[in-house]
Amino acid sequence: MEDFLYFFSFQDPNIRYVVVGSVLLAISAAIVGCFTFLKKRALIGDAVAHSVLPGVCLAFVVSGTKNPIYLIIGAFITGWLSLRFIDMIVRYSKLKEDTAIGLTLSVFFGLGILILTAIQHSGNANQSGLDQFLFGKAASLVGQDLIVFGSVSIILLLVVGLLFKELTLLAFDEQFGKAIGMPVKGLELVLTTLTVLAVVTGIQAVGVVLMAAMLITPAAAARFWTDKLTTMVFLAALFGAISGVSGAYISFVAPAMPTGPWIVLVISFIAMSSFFIAPRKGILYKQFQQRKYQKQILEENILKAFFHLGEADEQYYGHRKISDLISQRRFVMGRLKGGLQKLVRSGFLKQDREGWVLTEEGKNKGQRIVKLHRLWELYLTEYLRIAPDHVHDEAETIEHIITPEIEARLEKKLNYPSVDPHNETIPYR
Amino acid sequence: MNIHAEDPIIEVHDLTVSYSQKPVLWGIDLSLPKGSLVGIVGPNGAGKSTLIKAIMDLVPLSSGYVKLFDTQLDNVREKISYVPQRESVDWDFPASVYDVVMMGRYGKLGLFKRPRQADREVVQESMRLVGMEAFKNRQISQLSGGQQQRVFLARALAQQAEVYFMDEPFAGVDAATEKAIVELLRRMSKEGKTVVVVHHDLQSVAKYFDWLILLNMRLVASGPTVDVFKEELLQEAYGGKLTILSEVGDLLTKGRFPSREKTV
Ligand SMILES: Nc1ncnc2c1ncn2[C@@H]1O[C@H](COP(=O)(O)OP(=O)(O)OP(=O)(O)O)[C@@H](O)[C@H]1O
Ligand SMILES: [Mg+2]
Repeated sequence: MEDFLYFFSFQDPNIRYVVVGSVLLAISAAIVGCFTFLKKRALIGDAVAHSVLPGVCLAFVVSGTKNPIYLIIGAFITGWLSLRFIDMIVRYSKLKEDTAIGLTLSVFFGLGILILTAIQHSGNANQSGLDQFLFGKAASLVGQDLIVFGSVSIILLLVVGLLFKELTLLAFDEQFGKAIGMPVKGLELVLTTLTVLAVVTGIQAVGVVLMAAMLITPAAAARFWTDKLTTMVFLAALFGAISGVSGAYISFVAPAMPTGPWIVLVISFIAMSSFFIAPRKGILYKQFQQRKYQKQILEENILKAFFHLGEADEQYYGHRKISDLISQRRFVMGRLKGGLQKLVRSGFLKQDREGWVLTEEGKNKGQRIVKLHRLWELYLTEYLRIAPDHVHDEAETIEHIITPEIEARLEKKLNYPSVDPHNETIPYR
Repeated sequence: MNIHAEDPIIEVHDLTVSYSQKPVLWGIDLSLPKGSLVGIVGPNGAGKSTLIKAIMDLVPLSSGYVKLFDTQLDNVREKISYVPQRESVDWDFPASVYDVVMMGRYGKLGLFKRPRQADREVVQESMRLVGMEAFKNRQISQLSGGQQQRVFLARALAQQAEVYFMDEPFAGVDAATEKAIVELLRRMSKEGKTVVVVHHDLQSVAKYFDWLILLNMRLVASGPTVDVFKEELLQEAYGGKLTILSEVGDLLTKGRFPSREKTV
């Protein structure tokens, strides 16, 4: 708890560096990642992320320091090379893109590990900490790194902001973009460069192995919550930032822990939760909707039963008992009681000692359902030529989903008929 | 039969297009008059989409060239509009109807610029013309196939072009909508715009179009509908695959011969 307060008071300048650095990198990766994700090029990000390792190591060998500028240049070169490599394989061989990506990724990463091992055994005093590029260590970000990585992030955000509409079109409909004369090739190049840059800013805090997750996961999580691109980009950035801060915090309280996996765990957790709870697309939400729908059907069926009973003895406002209702329709007892209580609460039924009675609203509602049922049966027999003894079950479902607009069109199309195919009166108000 | 237009707005000269060495269009040569409503007709795989893509410079040409407004495409892109086949994009993209129609304005806007009031008004009007205003804010995956087609049409209208290329704009569209769209296209052609449409329904061809292109890997006929819409020409276009052409095409793929000697 003390750690927590100390960390989030941001008094310590080192903590400030680390937090700002992690957040910036997470945001920029998330935003660029939205376009990579929508362009369905998630695997490409993974390939680039792994392919920067040999560049980083070579830059260290050549310059002899861990100065971030050299490292970025090195990372950039091999990251770029890997993409050209993939393009070449796809163009000049029979291999498909996924194979080309897998091939490139493993060759470059293997090479990187090779060089890294060689450096570690070379006895170079400066090399300690180079292995952090594999899994990241946010706590090792210092002022100088921050300035470099921070500037890269800001450039990246500016470019995305300026080219937002072009990148959107590129992701949605490249052919149309070409047709209206957009420099599609150039934009592809920009997006690729942005992807490489986003990966590069993350190598210190997250590490190359997991950087791809920082590109794609926030976008995937955000997509669950919205159908609007701007909102999606904003949410992805937010999710990225949250995971960035968490990673930095964990790196602070548990210095032995690699930061990258923690950041990725947090963002994955956010993605998983989105998968379950997000409105409309989330699984739980869908179940909730279904439950709600089932309840609605139950309640409407109860009102319908009341109306049928009323039709039988012409006492629409007569008192009914549970046994009367069960004789009308096979309700499940527990559900029926729940449904009755709900209908009383919402004002469609009244309850007294003698049983339940329809209110006026309740009668109207029950009547409408019966009307829709019979109209639909008539529609099926007249327009779809289905035999009258085959239409009942169909109408049992459809009666609950017909909207007032469709209702009006049905009535008009059938010319306000008075009886259904079974010669039962269609009750109008 | 190949009738050339007097004062052509679109000219295609000896065009051959191949996919991985295999030619799918052989030596197409035709020209189209300004202000006409043109139908491209032919069986599946005849190369109708490919012809449009070749004219729009979306696929590389093996040989031949295309002229629009008597010049190269790059000089007149603003005046040309393209409606791709609906299946060519992923409709589960986070965008609304309005967003997609606005994309029609991007060419006029240019890089970096944001849409202005004028663009918004054009977009509004384009949505109205295809009867999609009510769906303005609807996410595009929640549209029916016919509605998606209309969105693409509205996007093309928003380009305010002179020449329109439409790849199967009537696919998956109900009869009433098709009629409304044809009327719209007629009006456009009366205003002097040239509209080229890939069409599949032979029943309505003669009614809709005043110029017809019959295609089956090669040009079977091009000319005014009254001259081209003839039993024997249709027979020729639809009468089975041209086996020799496709066999030679296969040979070219296997041998990796260039389909034409490069004349540089
Ligand atoms: N990207 C591609 N790569 C390889 N072959 C292709 C490609 N696109 C089309 N083809 C081939 O080119 C030929 C012409 O295709 P095209 O799409 O132009 O036909 P179409 O007339 O539009 O057919 P449809 O009526 O089915 O739309 C077909 O044989 C098709 O298999
Ligand atoms: Mg086609």
